[in-house]
Amino acid sequence: MNFWGYKRPDGRVGVRNYVLILPASVCASDTTRIIASQVNGAVTFNNQNGCSQVPPDQQLTMDVEAGYAANPNVYGTVVVSLGCENCQMDLVVKAIQERTNKPLKQVIIQEEGGTLKAIDKAVRYAKEMVQEASMMRREECDMSKLIVGTECGGSDPTSGLAANPTIGELSDRLVDLGATSILSETTEFIGAEHILARRGKNEEVKKQILGIVHRYEDALRLVGEEVREGNPSPGNKAGGLTTLEEKSLGCIHKGGHRTIEAVYDYGKQIDTTGLVIMDTPGNDPSSVAGMVAGGCQVVVFSTGRGTPTGNPLVPVIKITGNKLTFKNMEDNIDYDASPVIYGKKTLGEQGDELLAMTMEVVNGKQSKAESLGYTEMAIARVCNYT
Amino acid sequence: MINAMIIDGKDNVAVVIEPVKKGDTVSYVDMDKKTVTFTAIEDVQIYHKIAIKDIPADEPVVKYGEHIGHAAREIKQGEHVHEHNVKAVRENLG
Repeated sequence: MNFWGYKRPDGRVGVRNYVLILPASVCASDTTRIIASQVNGAVTFNNQNGCSQVPPDQQLTMDVEAGYAANPNVYGTVVVSLGCENCQMDLVVKAIQERTNKPLKQVIIQEEGGTLKAIDKAVRYAKEMVQEASMMRREECDMSKLIVGTECGGSDPTSGLAANPTIGELSDRLVDLGATSILSETTEFIGAEHILARRGKNEEVKKQILGIVHRYEDALRLVGEEVREGNPSPGNKAGGLTTLEEKSLGCIHKGGHRTIEAVYDYGKQIDTTGLVIMDTPGNDPSSVAGMVAGGCQVVVFSTGRGTPTGNPLVPVIKITGNKLTFKNMEDNIDYDASPVIYGKKTLGEQGDELLAMTMEVVNGKQSKAESLGYTEMAIARVCNYT
Repeated sequence: MINAMIIDGKDNVAVVIEPVKKGDTVSYVDMDKKTVTFTAIEDVQIYHKIAIKDIPADEPVVKYGEHIGHAAREIKQGEHVHEHNVKAVRENLG
């Protein structure tokens, strides 16, 4: 199997072809919104961070900024900074250039002489870039260039029964085809980390899996929280979950059954194929943002209650195991994974169907979140979202 | 009628997908699409677990093909499986 994508000068392959107007900090975010709204084919996001952060937090922000510019769905980037923020233009540019050699332009609001002059310059850069980008044609590419992120949010009992195991089947198929699948959300490994660690390809990977879970627990202890206490919650137990292992297994089933090849810190560049883990928080938009910064071109997202969330750079495909939710939110949800619960389809059959749907979206079809224009995102912090 | 599901061929518990009463026939589809039936020996709430085979005391309770705990006592086929008969065990992988 191959896929159709846009070949980038850094050797990676996009499945979308955007120009990114990148806000270096919160102080440039409204400016980038105005710039992107003027240019057809430009995208941006609301960056709450980029200034007044402690160094480890600023590093997370820098990794997302650089990773977004390097994401293969981006043709080129116009970075816009205010001028006095901690995420200084030269630092952001250097971080981007360490990851990619794609087109890059810079506009500093204070140096240009305010909003209107900065917007004028940035719109001209962006306009030129989208015209260049529009000349790109999709080419047939090897599956080893495809990275798929997996995520779950707004879970209910059907998530662990149908939606996540179906994503696990998709993940196995992608790995067997030579692609990369990312398992995310460290918060949800807790209790099943020993089971995940057993699947690590060597001692180092096993140690890293246990390490990111322990680091997460330590970070929450800084604010006096103990994750294992009171988990599964009384609500979980009433819903039929008996142990923390069981609860976490329902989440990590998104990662299928293959060997875990590597563990990446939040937002770091994914540079291997097969099944990998990224250390992200359970909060959906910030977890997805970490994987997008890592270079994934598409995200498959399971939900029990139903959620519209998307991303500025990558299509997000929604799947639910709850037939009522699918009916209720069919405008938002792409795939109904409930038939396996009622014995109408096997997990294997659903995995085949979800793979076919994912490849359609990879090859250009808009997912529902994408067609409705959802682009919200967040960036992880040291005292993290859970 | 199908009223339970298993997630992995190694599982020794199923999840009921509608409320089950003592004496009801429980049916699930196995990994080969074959329907398997047995009798519930007690009531089980929706989305709770039911033993699909006898599980001896201290043997693993298996869901998702993985150990989610150990049987705190012998569990019979058709019994509700939850906190009262499962103990959480932190397995050490060394």
